[in-house]
Formats: sequence, structure tokens, C-alpha cells
Amino acid sequence: MARVDINMQVRSVNGSIAVVSLDGEIDVYTSPKVKDFIGKLIDKGTYTFAIDLQNVRYIDSTGLGVLIGGLKRVREHGGAVTLVSTNPQTRKIFDITGLIKVFDIYDSVDDAVNALK
Amino acid sequence: MMQAREVGAEAPEIEVRIPSRPEWVALARLSVATVAARMHFNVDEIADLKLAVAEACTNAIQHARESDEIVITCRIYSNGLQICVRDFGIGTEAERIRSRDLGEPRVGGLGVYLIRALMDEVEYSVEAESGTVLMMFKKLGDSAR
Repeated sequence: MARVDINMQVRSVNGSIAVVSLDGEIDVYTSPKVKDFIGKLIDKGTYTFAIDLQNVRYIDSTGLGVLIGGLKRVREHGGAVTLVSTNPQTRKIFDITGLIKVFDIYDSVDDAVNALK
Repeated sequence: MMQAREVGAEAPEIEVRIPSRPEWVALARLSVATVAARMHFNVDEIADLKLAVAEACTNAIQHARESDEIVITCRIYSNGLQICVRDFGIGTEAERIRSRDLGEPRVGGLGVYLIRALMDEVEYSVEAESGTVLMMFKKLGDSAR
């Protein structure tokens, strides 16, 4: 069967904003890995995230759940999350679920980072 | 009742059986995508079908206790694709088939909402002794028929 996995990378901007780049598919199998990755960053005191979904080929409700959970956690510390996606299917899912009103979604990482400054 | 499919039409069936575990959901959605592509659904519709079947399988894995297997049955009609996702869990909770309200964002509960939004018809059949069947139907666009 096709290998389903997710690659995750993080870099810091100005020492306070974490740019998390996700590459792959986010489903019931991979979403726990994303949750763990973001959760550990929050545990270490990072509360401001730009999450780059441009290379995410597939995301379902479990992936949305991870993003919502992360947003709730950082908001408790006055933090914020912005997203990057130009994928029409990804944007459609955020639109259908109403999460387009919860997350600010940008076309580029630079725009998503600038919105957090 | 499902009204959209052509009653009485001969419907070829493709059945996929997967273990009720997260690592196998990708096989279910890729199988359905292959069937849908063969039927000439467009790219957006195939993406909808992949997501809907994955949500149904995820729902089964997360809620159907003591179910080792999920059976995905695709029935090909001239006017669309019917997909049945069956699990064999006992003690099925009513909560799992309820579509959530979109108010305060919270973790979980979006899967059934997405299925209902993406598919043309959705029916649940819950049987306490034999598990749950989610039956969904997606119409084929006029250009593909």
C-alpha cells in the first residue's frame, strides 16, 4: 500500500514565532504525530505559530482537531496560530466546517508570519 | 431511503476489507479514489469521496468497540457511486452519528458533519448486535455520464 506519512520541520523567526512546515497527509494515522510535535513546542514555551500546510496533500477532521487543540492551548497563554495554504481542497474543508472564521489563512509564510508580529 | 441512485439498475460491486486500525484508512480512501476515477468523477469530487470514506472509517475506528474489521463496499450506478462502510462494533453510541453544531471550535465531532456536507445522501443504520452501516451516495456530474 502507499506509504502515508508526515514530515514536520520547525524554524524560529525573531526567537518567538515558530514556523511549522508540514509535508504529507494528515489523517487518523499521522495526526497524533503532528499533535505530539506541536504539543512539545508548546510545552517548551512556544505560543505563537505559523503553520505551513502548503505541502499537505490531504487533511481530515483529525488534522483539524489537532489544529483546534493547538490553538486552544496557545490562546491560554495569549498566543496565536496562523495558517498557510493555497490548496483549494484544504481551504474548502476549512470553509465547510466554519473554521475559516477561526483561523486566519494566508497565501504565503511571509504573510502568515507578518500577521503575528 | 436513498433516492438518487437508479433503482433496479445493475450495480457492479467492489469490496475492500481493512483491519480496524488507523494505518489502514489510507488504503480505503485510495481504493475509493481509484473506483471514482474509473467512473470519471472529477478531481474535486474524488477528493470529496476520499475524505468522506476516510471520515467514516475513522469514526468506526474511534467508536466501534470490539470491531476488528471495516468493510467498504462500492456500488457503481450509472448516475453515481454508493459507498457503504460497515463496522461490527457493539454498543454503538448515538453520539457518533450526530452531526455537530458549528459554534465554538472544539476538538473532534467534525467528521460526520463533513460527510453530510460532501455527499449527496447519507444514511446510518445502527444495530446494537451487529454494528453500524454508513451508506452514502455521490451523484456523477452530467459531463461524466
